[in-house]
Amino acid sequence: MTRDFDLGPVDRIPPGEGRTFDLGSVRVAVFRTRSGSVHATQADCPHRAGPLADGLVGDGCVVCPLHGYKYDLATGDPLGHACGPIAVHVVSITSDGRVMLSLD
Amino acid sequence: MTERRKLVVVGNGMAGARFVEELVARGGRDAWDVTLFGDEPYGNYNRILLSSVLAGTHQPTDIFLNPLRWYTDNGVTLRAGLRVRGIDRRARVVHAGNGVMERYDALVLATGSVPFVPPLERLRLDDGAFREGAFVFRTLDDTEAMMRYAGRSKKAVIIGGGLLGLEAARGLLAMGLEVHVVHLMKHLMEVQLDPAAGRMLERLLKGMGMHVHLARATCGVIGEERVQGLLFADGLTLDSDMLVIAAGIRPNVQLAVDAGIEVERGIVVGDDLATSDANVFALGECAQHRGVTYGLVAPLWEQARVLAERLAGRAPDATYVGSRVSTKLKVAGVDLAVMGDREATAPDDEEVTYSEPARGVYKKLVVRGGKLAGAILLGDASSAPALLQAFDRDRPLSDDRSELLFPQSAHGSQTSAADQPDDAQICNCNGVSKGAIVAAVRGGCRSLKTLCDRTRAGTGCGSCKRDVGAILEAVAGDAASEDPSVHYYVPGVPLAKPELVRAIRERGLKSVSAVFRDLADGKEDPASKPGLASLLKTIWRADYEDERDARFINDRVHANIQRDATFSVVPRIYGGVTSPAQLRKIADVAERHGARMVKITGGQRIDLLGIPKERLPQVWRELGMPSGHAYSKAFRTCKTCVGTDFCRYGVGDSTGLGIAIEKRYQGLEAPAKLKLATAGCPRNCSEATTKDVGAVAIEGGRWEIYVGGGAGSRVRKGDLLCVVGSHEEVLRMMGRFMQHYRENARYGERTYDFVERFGIEKLRRLLVDDEEGIAARLDVDVQAAVDAYVDPWTEADAPKTAEQFTDAIDARGAQAAE
Ligand code: SRM
Ligand SMILES: Cc1cc2nc3c(=O)[nH]c(=O)nc-3n(C[C@H](O)[C@H](O)[C@H](O)COP(=O)(O)OP(=O)(O)OC[C@H]3O[C@@H](n4cnc5c(N)ncnc54)[C@H](O)[C@@H]3O)c2cc1C
Ligand code: SF4
Ligand code: FES
Repeated sequence: MTRDFDLGPVDRIPPGEGRTFDLGSVRVAVFRTRSGSVHATQADCPHRAGPLADGLVGDGCVVCPLHGYKYDLATGDPLGHACGPIAVHVVSITSDGRVMLSLD
Repeated sequence: MTERRKLVVVGNGMAGARFVEELVARGGRDAWDVTLFGDEPYGNYNRILLSSVLAGTHQPTDIFLNPLRWYTDNGVTLRAGLRVRGIDRRARVVHAGNGVMERYDALVLATGSVPFVPPLERLRLDDGAFREGAFVFRTLDDTEAMMRYAGRSKKAVIIGGGLLGLEAARGLLAMGLEVHVVHLMKHLMEVQLDPAAGRMLERLLKGMGMHVHLARATCGVIGEERVQGLLFADGLTLDSDMLVIAAGIRPNVQLAVDAGIEVERGIVVGDDLATSDANVFALGECAQHRGVTYGLVAPLWEQARVLAERLAGRAPDATYVGSRVSTKLKVAGVDLAVMGDREATAPDDEEVTYSEPARGVYKKLVVRGGKLAGAILLGDASSAPALLQAFDRDRPLSDDRSELLFPQSAHGSQTSAADQPDDAQICNCNGVSKGAIVAAVRGGCRSLKTLCDRTRAGTGCGSCKRDVGAILEAVAGDAASEDPSVHYYVPGVPLAKPELVRAIRERGLKSVSAVFRDLADGKEDPASKPGLASLLKTIWRADYEDERDARFINDRVHANIQRDATFSVVPRIYGGVTSPAQLRKIADVAERHGARMVKITGGQRIDLLGIPKERLPQVWRELGMPSGHAYSKAFRTCKTCVGTDFCRYGVGDSTGLGIAIEKRYQGLEAPAKLKLATAGCPRNCSEATTKDVGAVAIEGGRWEIYVGGGAGSRVRKGDLLCVVGSHEEVLRMMGRFMQHYRENARYGERTYDFVERFGIEKLRRLLVDDEEGIAARLDVDVQAAVDAYVDPWTEADAPKTAEQFTDAIDARGAQAAE
């Protein structure tokens, strides 16, 4: 069953950055790219639990801040290494600028 | 066209993958459909570098050799993560897990070795698995498991004082564990070393803090749930949180045995590398050739080449006649080259030894019939290249043996790689000759990276990279610098620094996203962002449009991220001079916020570690001290000594000067970090000559200014830039140099590389003699940067972005109603 979450105004995430959201049972990282799209992934890097939301974002990927592993934000696929893939979640922005997340 | 035949390779390790590469390079795909089975769930990686992964100098991502794409691009079917379980030689079929089977016309076994695990009581659980805390060291998975466990351990025992055991020991030592090496023999590395060299190595290792127990037989493991110690045959015990077994390797032959192929110690092969079944071949550590099994990579490169020649049909008669084993290694960071015999064996053999315990240098030659029969070179790699060649080519030696041991002494002459003959072997890991490197440069490789990728030189232990660079420079000359990609300032924008700076100025690009938009087709390479941000800040100063997403996390929250996602806080303590009141305040803050460790740093200040992100603003507020910038590519510290105020030798006020320097240049952004020091006399207690910029007081009220020094990953003594007569002049010259460095260095290039690249004479002409008339402009520009400085910790009360210091936004009540 999918559960929907209203994560509040998109302005909570600065353009080009990510933020971790604590949903109680689980934590997710939500990213807002400079082109305006949003992506959601698992919060911790599968390598050694680096905080992915603190990573550098660009060209559709995030680079984990701890050891530089790179993941595709849309698919969760590892890029150039064999760790992961990371879980990705469905996320969108409503017309009034709120971030809506669905978890399976 | 004839039907392509089917070639199956078992083992995607160093030998199997290399063989397939060699086969593809020889057009072997025209004749064969290739399927490669690998038990490990990856593309192939450089097993040698597992030691470096453990030692923390390489990331696992750095050691992969071929990405998965390489296999598809070259039409090779890789079945990674699949173990071959049986061979049906009559039907010519291999069976792998999950019912997968594959028919073959020719089969290559490259199954490597398995760690030898001595029978220790209580090592294994009932299901045969190791008790928690026990490890072997063979694969990437082993390495990562070991590192994870070491993170929560204090003390480790390694069984085995051979190459592998000592590499494991060094890695664990680097991770901060107390490390004990337990070895069955009377000296370390007895396979490669004689007793004297073994003892010398032992001394060096003990000097690093390792504990070594020789002639010790282990008989069992202590501990219920997990390993808690070891029991020795003599009844003694040693407690420990973890155990690494590195007691040797055994060829991995089970598959061959089960299939009825002839096996002795290894899978027996002839000079054609065929086994007792003419359709089945073997190479690498699993193979036994002329009675010998090998445990190093160099021989298996030769085997891979020969087998590829044969199967690709290039030279169907090529033969492998065995390898003379010589190797250059780093054992726990100590240089070691060994070749041939380690001791005299015949009565007329001559042994030449040199031993210098204080420096940890030991050299020994075994000479037979005027030729080199063996050598051990420990702690000094300088004589290794010439001796390795004499050994490999079996050349007669010079009568003056000292010339061989001391190539730099009066009679000998140190040959640079560029001066060596074409057949000289440059990369001893991958067996690449100078000729092959020269040919690749002539064939268009212009950067060190493409050259290494193409020839494989430098991709083993990496110790020959400098030589490869020297050859590149000698052959390509200016052309080497004409290849633009080597000189891009950041990987994601195809421009060298001067052109990039010009384009940014001309187009008025003030933000990182504007640079991507205008100069990189809108493609925002994340790895290039921090470099661009640093450059734009240097160019535009206050007019720079600061986009926070372009910064690395450390520079977004002004603290250094730790392995557990907490941060460290290092407040600025000018010149390392503090006061009781300041110390008391730091102590209070540390206590209130539960700093997990309080540490005196190597930069003469204090580090509060383990602070959660959301507490950073409060910690800064309470400290009331400016940021020490211990996290950024910027001016960090100026270490000082006690100088004229206290020290009986001091001839200059190094403390006062250092404080003035730090107050003036604190936080100045640069392509890489800047660490400075001032010393009150040439005794140099603050290590000013190995700093990015250092000032040393000399008699007569004068100061020597050194630039380009460093004692980090590279050790380099700084070059003397000039001697000046006052604190003001020191401040000015230092600023001038730093501004020039800021404008001209590549991103991440420390001054020790920059000064070497630029040349100290040229720097003196530019900065001291002012030949091009830029000095005044540099002084003005650095002053402007100083004036623009704002302490980033003031963001405690004026955050720059939403939720800047939030660890995780609380969204526990956010679930939408159904
Ligand atoms: C805290 C400290 C060790 C200590 O406990 O003493 C330290 C800690 C770190 N050093 Fe260091 N270095 C510290 C003094 C040094 C020194 C000695 C010195 O500054 O006089 C050196 C050798 C001098 C030099 O840099 O030339 C040093 C050479 C390095 C290097 C190698 C740099 C190089 O290019 O050669 C790195 C790696 C890097 O920067 O890429 C490094 C990187 C690091 C990092 C930042 C690693 C990281 O990225 O997380 C460590 C941060 C730990 C943390 O979270 O706080 N640290 N590091 C020292 C802080 C000094 C300070 O007060 O600012
Ligand atoms: C930590 C470490 C450091 C080292 N340092 C050095 C050094 O500095 N210099 C040096 O010269 N040598 C060094 N060596 C030795 C060197 O790595 C080996 O000689 C080399 O890897 C042997 O290559 P190989 O292909 O024969 O075996 P491997 O590289 O072990 O490859 C064998 C592969 O076959 C796979 N395999 C086995 N059985 C099956 C099956 N049934 N089905 C499918 N796949 C299978 C295995 O999973 C493995 O990936 C080091 C080794 C280690 C472990
Ligand atoms: S450098 Fe000179 S002045 Fe400074 S502490 Fe050492 S001896 Fe004293
Ligand atoms: S924790 Fe993410 S790369 Fe290591």
